[in-house]
Amino acid sequence: MSSAQLTEQRHQQGAPAARWLKRILLSDYFVLYLTIAYFLGVAVFFPALVEPRNLSNQLANVWPLAAAAIGETFVLLIAGIDLSIGATMGFASVAGAVVMTSAADKLLLGGSPLWGTLLGETGGVLANHPAAAAVAILVMLVAGMLIGALSGFFIARFRLPAFMMTLVALMFFSSAAVWITQSQNIVNLPDSFTNLGAGDVVSVYFGEKATPEIKRRDILPLVTYPMLITTGLAVLAHLLLTRTTFGRYVYAVGINRKAAAVSGVPVGRVIVAVFAIAGLCAAVAGILYSARLEGGRPTIGGGSALLDIIGATVIGGTSLSGGKGKIAWTMVGVLFFVLLSNTLNYMRLSAFHIDMVKGAVILAAALLDVLRTRLLQRDAL
Amino acid sequence: MTAALSLAEISKSYFGVPALTGISFDLEPGRLLGLVGQNGAGKSTLMNVLGGVVAADAGQMQLFGRPYAPRRPADAKANGIAFIHQELNLFGNLTIAENIFVADFPRRRGLVDWSSARSRAAKLLQMVGLAMPPDTLVELLSPGERQLVEVAKGLSVEPQLVIFDEPTTSLTARETTQLFALIRRLKSEGTTIVYISHNLGDVLALADDIAVLREGQLVAQGRATDFDIGKMIKLMIGRDIDALFPPRHSASPGAVLLQAQGVTRRGAVDNVSLSVRAGEIVGIFGLMGAGRTELARLIFGLDTMDSGQLALPDGVPRHRVTPQMAIAAGLAFVTEDRRQEGLLMNAPIADNLVLASLREFASGPGLVDDTASLAAAREMARRLSIEARDIAVQPAKTLSGGNQQRVVLGKWLMVDPRLIILDEPTRGIDIGARYAIYEMIDQLASAGRGLILISSEIEEVMAMSDRLLVMSEGEIVAEFQRSAWSRELILRAAFREAEAA
Repeated sequence: MSSAQLTEQRHQQGAPAARWLKRILLSDYFVLYLTIAYFLGVAVFFPALVEPRNLSNQLANVWPLAAAAIGETFVLLIAGIDLSIGATMGFASVAGAVVMTSAADKLLLGGSPLWGTLLGETGGVLANHPAAAAVAILVMLVAGMLIGALSGFFIARFRLPAFMMTLVALMFFSSAAVWITQSQNIVNLPDSFTNLGAGDVVSVYFGEKATPEIKRRDILPLVTYPMLITTGLAVLAHLLLTRTTFGRYVYAVGINRKAAAVSGVPVGRVIVAVFAIAGLCAAVAGILYSARLEGGRPTIGGGSALLDIIGATVIGGTSLSGGKGKIAWTMVGVLFFVLLSNTLNYMRLSAFHIDMVKGAVILAAALLDVLRTRLLQRDAL
Repeated sequence: MTAALSLAEISKSYFGVPALTGISFDLEPGRLLGLVGQNGAGKSTLMNVLGGVVAADAGQMQLFGRPYAPRRPADAKANGIAFIHQELNLFGNLTIAENIFVADFPRRRGLVDWSSARSRAAKLLQMVGLAMPPDTLVELLSPGERQLVEVAKGLSVEPQLVIFDEPTTSLTARETTQLFALIRRLKSEGTTIVYISHNLGDVLALADDIAVLREGQLVAQGRATDFDIGKMIKLMIGRDIDALFPPRHSASPGAVLLQAQGVTRRGAVDNVSLSVRAGEIVGIFGLMGAGRTELARLIFGLDTMDSGQLALPDGVPRHRVTPQMAIAAGLAFVTEDRRQEGLLMNAPIADNLVLASLREFASGPGLVDDTASLAAAREMARRLSIEARDIAVQPAKTLSGGNQQRVVLGKWLMVDPRLIILDEPTRGIDIGARYAIYEMIDQLASAGRGLILISSEIEEVMAMSDRLLVMSEGEIVAEFQRSAWSRELILRAAFREAEAA
């Protein structure tokens, strides 16, 4: 009897526990189960982490990351990758801040190429204008979309690898953002903008706070503007992918670009649109971070931000080889990733160790994807 | 007398599905065994077992009386077995000599001995009848010449057993004659040969013994003189089939659906003009590399024309066509390569079926009516009797070749095309499923659709076409009406350019 036959037999006769495990492993909601299990584990071992204050804080970390990861999901679905999402966030943040800031320090920003034209001691062109925040947000969204569309155009028209093109965009736009701001943060943003980051729509009263010094009520934000914005974005993205011809085309291009082209799918336009959407989502993430940090920062998408975005998307189950992924998976992946980061921080690991562990978890997620694909293929045979 | 090759009860299965069951035969030295069978009958698996690519689950092999159990392809080579493959495994950027010795260069004091490599390569090229300097880059050779390099490479190890797998598919008539002479000479020098081919006439002409495989079993084996082509077909299919092709119901041609004028793409298609009418099947025959697929891609807008003009079924003359335009104008294109260009293998069958017609199920801002599109896909699957458990979830890759081709056809029928281009529609599909596809082609023409049938199987185009165009080196070199063609005339036209060169 062949080894293949033996495995096959083992497969069918496998203990109920093994079959149950396989079912969970192959389930669409595997990462959700994993996240819930992880959360329960955390609740047992690190009870401090499930206190309302921490949960409310962690939730605030979820929304901007999720917005960026939604964009990355689109790109991964067409078997591409966008390395420039962090750079786009930084550039959009700076572009918007320059428009709406109400005062700038010549000592810090005097060397900026925009000083004296678009930026001065009295701030940007729309300083103190009632519509400043609205226009700035528009500028940020358009900037993000254009950066994405530009990458998409080169990738579709000249068949450049997405990796290569978005690496170039990453270098170009992150440097441009630093150049414009001379590595400084652009502060003095209007309240109507910064409220977007902090503003809570619904807060929850958790009773008297039991701190020995001062007795005070503990009111924590639950429903915030970032939550509403990102949730709205996720719902739109989900509908776009599942209910429209464009969504079907995205999956078709990801599964087999040539066959899609033969079947009349406008492959080039789909690619440009997907990268434009990714840029737009990056801009939304940039808006949320800038509002929360109350400034335009060239570096908000720097450091390990890109790792977090791609990592969370891949952990959600979206495949790097294209054609497989869902917005809901990505949202769960982001939840898991934020929970993981929080635990690692709480364990007082250094930033280096945290990134090492995150890298290992992403590797595990990628291996898991390979394993699941193999199991599914075996089932299909 | 010791057998050159002796198999005893060789079995192999993949994931519990048997590919070979209890294969036993002896092949005497210096004889030629013709091995025939449909696609999927187990020929490739048997050759892979012999070549050490996969291990048999059970059974023994003996080579010239010694036990033979190869664990890797190098073992087969070390035991004097040479494989000459139909897929060309040559490196275009290397020379003929480099390709021949790529795995085992002649060496002197640890360095490659180039002069010896060149002279040995020249000798081998002379043997296979290829008059080319050994320093020629392989990418400059025609498909037929490459096949001969493949043969020379196989013979470079001075094998005792040579296995030819479909060696003539890309050869011209003259090259085929030369190859057969070489095979006979090898045999007369005592080399044992296994010859695998779909061309049953060739097998009958060359073989001393014939073995027929069907569904992984050896269903017949004996002296070649005991076989004829009809008997081989019956054994291969396993049931009586009167004809390979259904009768054609010719319709009187209607309106002109396609008018191509001077269509040219440098290096591929040269000044081609043709027209196709409703109800007509126009065959396009030619050798590999004659430009047939390239012409189809130009008509469908997948490549751009350097010059020329196309009038699609909507009658508008165009210099530039995109696939979206072509589909909107009523064209459909069943590509040669289902895996690469025909199907989204990992996507459900239903998604494949609706892909080309998706816009018809969308309203407003591109919102797809899932219920309607799935219902239409189910209806199409029923009409074409696609055998699947549930088309909404089952991926296309789980289907057999014949059913996959039905999915591709179904995808195009859902856009209700007026002109369908079929590029090698029966490649890799077994004889039973072919018949069903031929019937569908005939029905489509009877229903007033125009068809272009591209094929390298002359029997297929002769049986199905109303009119036949022959291509060679990017040009249409001959046109025949159904009443006025013969196999010989068509072949002579197809080989004309190649023979003159």
